[in-house]
Amino acid sequence: MSGNMNLTLKVWRQKNTSASGTFETYQASGISPDMSFLEMMDVVNEDLIKQGKDPIAFDHDCREGICGMCSMYINGRAHGPLKGVTTCQLHMRTFKDGDTITIEPWRSSAFPVLKDLVVDRSAFDRIQQAGGFVSVNTGSVQDANSIPVPKENADEAFLSAACIGCGACVAACKNSSAMLFVSAKVSQYALLPQGQVERAKRVVNMVEQMDQEGFGNCTNTEACEAECPKQISVSNIARMNREYIKAKLFS
Amino acid sequence: MGSVTRFLDSSIGRKVLMSLTGLFLCTFLIVHASGNLQLFKNDMGLAFNQYSVFMTTFTPIKIVSYLLYATILLHVISGVRLALANKAARPVSYGASKMPGSSSWASSNMMVLGFIILIFLVTHMANFWYKYKFGDVEWVKYEVSVMDGSVIGKTTMPSAPHMQPHEYVVNDGVSAPIKYVIVKDLYSVVQLAFQEVWIVALYLLGMLAIAYHLVHGFQSSFQTLGLRHPAIAGIIRNLGIWVFGIIIPIAFASMPVYFFFFA
Repeated sequence: MSGNMNLTLKVWRQKNTSASGTFETYQASGISPDMSFLEMMDVVNEDLIKQGKDPIAFDHDCREGICGMCSMYINGRAHGPLKGVTTCQLHMRTFKDGDTITIEPWRSSAFPVLKDLVVDRSAFDRIQQAGGFVSVNTGSVQDANSIPVPKENADEAFLSAACIGCGACVAACKNSSAMLFVSAKVSQYALLPQGQVERAKRVVNMVEQMDQEGFGNCTNTEACEAECPKQISVSNIARMNREYIKAKLFS
Repeated sequence: MGSVTRFLDSSIGRKVLMSLTGLFLCTFLIVHASGNLQLFKNDMGLAFNQYSVFMTTFTPIKIVSYLLYATILLHVISGVRLALANKAARPVSYGASKMPGSSSWASSNMMVLGFIILIFLVTHMANFWYKYKFGDVEWVKYEVSVMDGSVIGKTTMPSAPHMQPHEYVVNDGVSAPIKYVIVKDLYSVVQLAFQEVWIVALYLLGMLAIAYHLVHGFQSSFQTLGLRHPAIAGIIRNLGIWVFGIIIPIAFASMPVYFFFFA
C-alpha cells in the first residue's frame, strides 16, 4: 500500500432542500492514486456506513465521462482542477498526499440542493423540452446522402452536441448563467437542415424557459468554456444571441 | 412595440440593451477626448472656450447630449438590474471558488468598475457641466489678431445679466485689425480644478476604471450582439484594448496631469 494518500475532505452536508447546509470534515486514508475521485468518495462512504453514519449523497451514473450526472465542485472548480474532464474521470493522482479538498454541490437557485452534493437539474430538462428537439415523422432511416450538410456545419453541430448537460457551466459562472448549455442546444439544431423548420420558435422558447428557471445573465467572463468538461465554445452563445435577436425582431 | 418591450425584458434583450448603450457611450468618448485635446493648445484657452460654446448651443449636439444622459441612465439602471438578478441566481455562495485563469479580472468586476465610473461622472458633471450651465463662470474677452489668428491678450469682463458669447472685429484702418471674442472662461475653471490633488487622483482612478471597463466591455458587446467571427474577432479585441483601454484613457488622464504639473 505504499504511495497511498491520506487526505482531508471538507464536504458540504445538507439534509434536504429546505435545510441549511454546513461543511463537515472527513479523513480519507489509504487512497490509491489510481482511484477516480468517485471511487475515493465510495471508500469514504463505506467508512461512514461502517461507523453507522449517513453516507455522503452524490450523483453519478456512467462513470466514464459521458452521462453528465456527476457534478462536484472541487477546490473551487467545477469537476475539479483538470481541463476537459468530468469528476468521474478525475483521478486521485491529480492530488498530493496530505491535501485538503473542498467538495461542494453546484450552487444556483435554479439547481436546488436535494441532499449533500446532489442537485436537482430538471431545469435543464424543462429547457430542453421547450425546444431542444426536431419534430419529424418516424420511419426508416433516410439515406445519409439525401440531406446534404456542409462538412463545417456538421463538425460544428457535432461539437455543440457534445454537451452532456452536466451543468458545470452554471456552476462555474459567477452569475449562474445557463447560456452555454442553452446555446449549445440551440446551435446543434440551427446548424443542421433538420433543425430549420422550428429554428426561430426553438430559440425563443428555450430562452424563455431559461429565463423562467431563474438562471443569471451572461457577462462574458467565459468561465463556462474554461470549465466545461466537453469544452463547448462560447461562440455558441454568440450564435444563440444572433438567433434570438433575429427570431424576436426580424421574423 | 409589444414584442420589442418583451424582447428587452428577456435575458438576452437586457444584455443587448447593455451592449448597444455601452457602444454608444464608447463613440461619445472618442468625440469627447478629441475635442478636449484643445486644452493643450497654447492660446490661453480660446479654442477650448469657443468649443464649449459650440457644444452647448448647437442644436444637433444638444439633442445628442440629452440622448447621451438618457443612455448613461439606461446603462446604469439596466446594469444594476442585471447584477441584482445575477446575485439572486446564486443565493448560497461557494466556500471555495476560483475563476479560471482564462477569465479576465475586469469581466467579473464590471459592476465595481461601473460604480467607480459613476462616482467619477457625477463629480465630473458637477465640476464642469453644472458650473458652466448654472454656476458663475467668469466672462473673458480675448484679443485676437485677424492677420494670423494669434491670441494677443485675455482680460476678464464684468459680468452683466443676459450676457451672450459673441465676437466682433475692430478695424480702424490705422493699426492691424483685431477680433474680440467674448466667452465664458471654462478653461480657467478646468485649470483651477486640476490644481486640487484629490480631483486629479479621482480623475486618474476614473480613467483606470474606464480602461478596464472597456477592455472587457467593448469586445463583450460584440459577443452579446452575436457579432462573433474569426475574421473580425482580432480586430475587435485590439480596438477594445488599444483605443478604449489605452489611447482614450491616457488622452483623458493627460489633461489633469498636464494642468497639475505644468499649467
